[in-house]
Amino acid sequence: MKRYFHNLGEKIIVALLALSGTVTSLTVLLIVFFLFKEGLGIFSLSPVSEGTVIAVNSQNPVKELSAHQLKEISDQNITNWQEVGGPNAPIKLFRIDDLTEYFSEEQLGKDFEFVPQRINEVIAKEPNMLAFFPDEYLAKSFQGRQLQLDNISVPDFLGGTEWYPTITPAVQMGVLPLILGTLWVSFGAILLALPLGLATAIYMAEIANSRVRNILKPVIELLAGIPSVVYGFFGLVVVVPLIQDIFGLPVGETALAGSIILGIMALPTIISVSEDAMRTTPRAMKEASLALGASKWQTIYKVIIPYSISGISTAAILGIGRAIGETMAVLMVTGNASVIPNTFLEPVRTIPATIAAELGEAPQGGIHYKALFALGCILFLLTLIINLTVDFVSAKKKENR
Amino acid sequence: MSFHDGKSINKSKRLAQNAAFVIFRGLSFAVVAILVIILAFIIFRGISVISWEFLTEMPRDGMTAGGIFPAIVGTFCLVVGSMLFAFPVGVMSGIYMNEYLKDGWFKRFIKLMTNNLAGVPSIVFGLFGMALFVNRFGFGDSILAGSLTLGLLALPVVIRTTEESLKAIDDSFRVGSLALGATKWQTTSRVILPIAFPNIITGLILSVGRVSGETAPILFTVAAYFLPRLPNSIFDQVMALPYHLYVISTSGTNIEASRAMAYGTAFILILIILIVNLLANWLRKYFAKRVKMN
Repeated sequence: MKRYFHNLGEKIIVALLALSGTVTSLTVLLIVFFLFKEGLGIFSLSPVSEGTVIAVNSQNPVKELSAHQLKEISDQNITNWQEVGGPNAPIKLFRIDDLTEYFSEEQLGKDFEFVPQRINEVIAKEPNMLAFFPDEYLAKSFQGRQLQLDNISVPDFLGGTEWYPTITPAVQMGVLPLILGTLWVSFGAILLALPLGLATAIYMAEIANSRVRNILKPVIELLAGIPSVVYGFFGLVVVVPLIQDIFGLPVGETALAGSIILGIMALPTIISVSEDAMRTTPRAMKEASLALGASKWQTIYKVIIPYSISGISTAAILGIGRAIGETMAVLMVTGNASVIPNTFLEPVRTIPATIAAELGEAPQGGIHYKALFALGCILFLLTLIINLTVDFVSAKKKENR
Repeated sequence: MSFHDGKSINKSKRLAQNAAFVIFRGLSFAVVAILVIILAFIIFRGISVISWEFLTEMPRDGMTAGGIFPAIVGTFCLVVGSMLFAFPVGVMSGIYMNEYLKDGWFKRFIKLMTNNLAGVPSIVFGLFGMALFVNRFGFGDSILAGSLTLGLLALPVVIRTTEESLKAIDDSFRVGSLALGATKWQTTSRVILPIAFPNIITGLILSVGRVSGETAPILFTVAAYFLPRLPNSIFDQVMALPYHLYVISTSGTNIEASRAMAYGTAFILILIILIVNLLANWLRKYFAKRVKMN
């Protein structure tokens, strides 16, 4: 009997352990599920700003407008219907505020109860009118034609160059500047961090004596432990003003500031991974090289570095991964302008910074909210690619041995 | 692992080597210098701000005066909450993966997932926490939602250190115990775990350091912009140190006036990291000695 309980106890424990073991796997799957469920929702939504009606006179032959065309019209860069496939006539814009130009206050009613009817009249009267107004003012027997916009498409989303998620009449959801901003800042960071990190790794693995190594190791661990918000704060109060002074810029919040801070943050990853890789070089190989008369330095760059090259590339890839996903530090120092960057001395905006800055203001379940989740999906896929590449590189390395 | 440069090495070779080594040494010291500059800057600017008042009072005057007490309490709650979740689950999965699971596709699958979870950016955890805990489960912005989100983030760290400390223990302990008639769990709980314990605690401490400084996952799951009171239940919002630093250094009502508060907050965050790292290093040494002794 006692033995029976004993066995039962063991079984319960194993079950508990197995449950815990699967939690992480479940978490990853749940993350994928929720991220993509919310994020892919963006592609079944129309880019018309929530609660906005876009209407034209019923005589107007234009059936379709894209979100981009709507923005251009709204900014008065497009002023003729001809440019969007209509007749040669100037586009007459009408916004809800313009109503007072057409009607007196009495005509609109004391509680604006006649507004829907008046809007209807204005649109019916003007054949070249394009009207944007809140849907609460849509008349029941509306005589104009409401324009429907196509849903946001994948190429629009990925290839669009404008990110204005909250403007009316139609939101602009192009993530290209954000993707490019992220990659731009991350590659800048790696360019700065890789030489420094590799040199340190070589020094620690092959040159330094154990006393120096015992100083360097905790230093690198500390660098890895400093919270990103503290890096961001340091960047804000030290690096940003410095860049502003050195380059004489109006603002110091630039891609360069982001790259410098991210480079520092990527250092520990690069150093520890590549150092580990160099340490695995078989002793026999090193000694053979030395026995052939090579100097220590020749051994390092002709034997050890070629041998550990896959580990070094893993280090670089992981460093990029760290930089791509970093949020707070970048948010604080890059200036967050959503334009495609041309130089390192311009402000940029990255994907994580966009999510962090905008999710708080996006109404839950709305188009902006979903767009930010879609950005999260892109970020997740980028890091997944990086992880899989690392797995692939290290698997290949094992094969080669 | 030492090299012996023979006398046959000619002069130019030696010159190249010396030049290379000087450069490498210089660059390595540059890395140290970066750390020293960052630490020194924040410590020197921050230490003068630290006072009893700063640590125990509510923020006042648009967060330009007073203290950071609610943020300290908030971060403490989040650390405890996330560890209550991540530590048991992480240690148990570590044990399961190292002691119980046989090599095969399932083990590879769990390993792959754990690695991927470790690589997921913290802002994605924030999105996930918001979608699942805040909205789907209806916890709202609360300590509970924030702790669970942070706990998931810390999970891979705990699992990895647990696994590593278990792997470091020689198989003869397991075989010996099993040969004496102990069951698998008896072996694990009475022989293996006591030896691995200090190193597992290192994982706990390191993840405390990680969790206490994370900002992105708590932005939308718990952190309050300004809330000068202490939480009553796990369904309350709280202020937290890292988010507080972000707020007062970028979007406070008066950024220049709250600089001193920001330096003080950054100093506290750095202090936590320093303590965590020292403690972890000390424990690791203790563990290394113990493994050797056995």
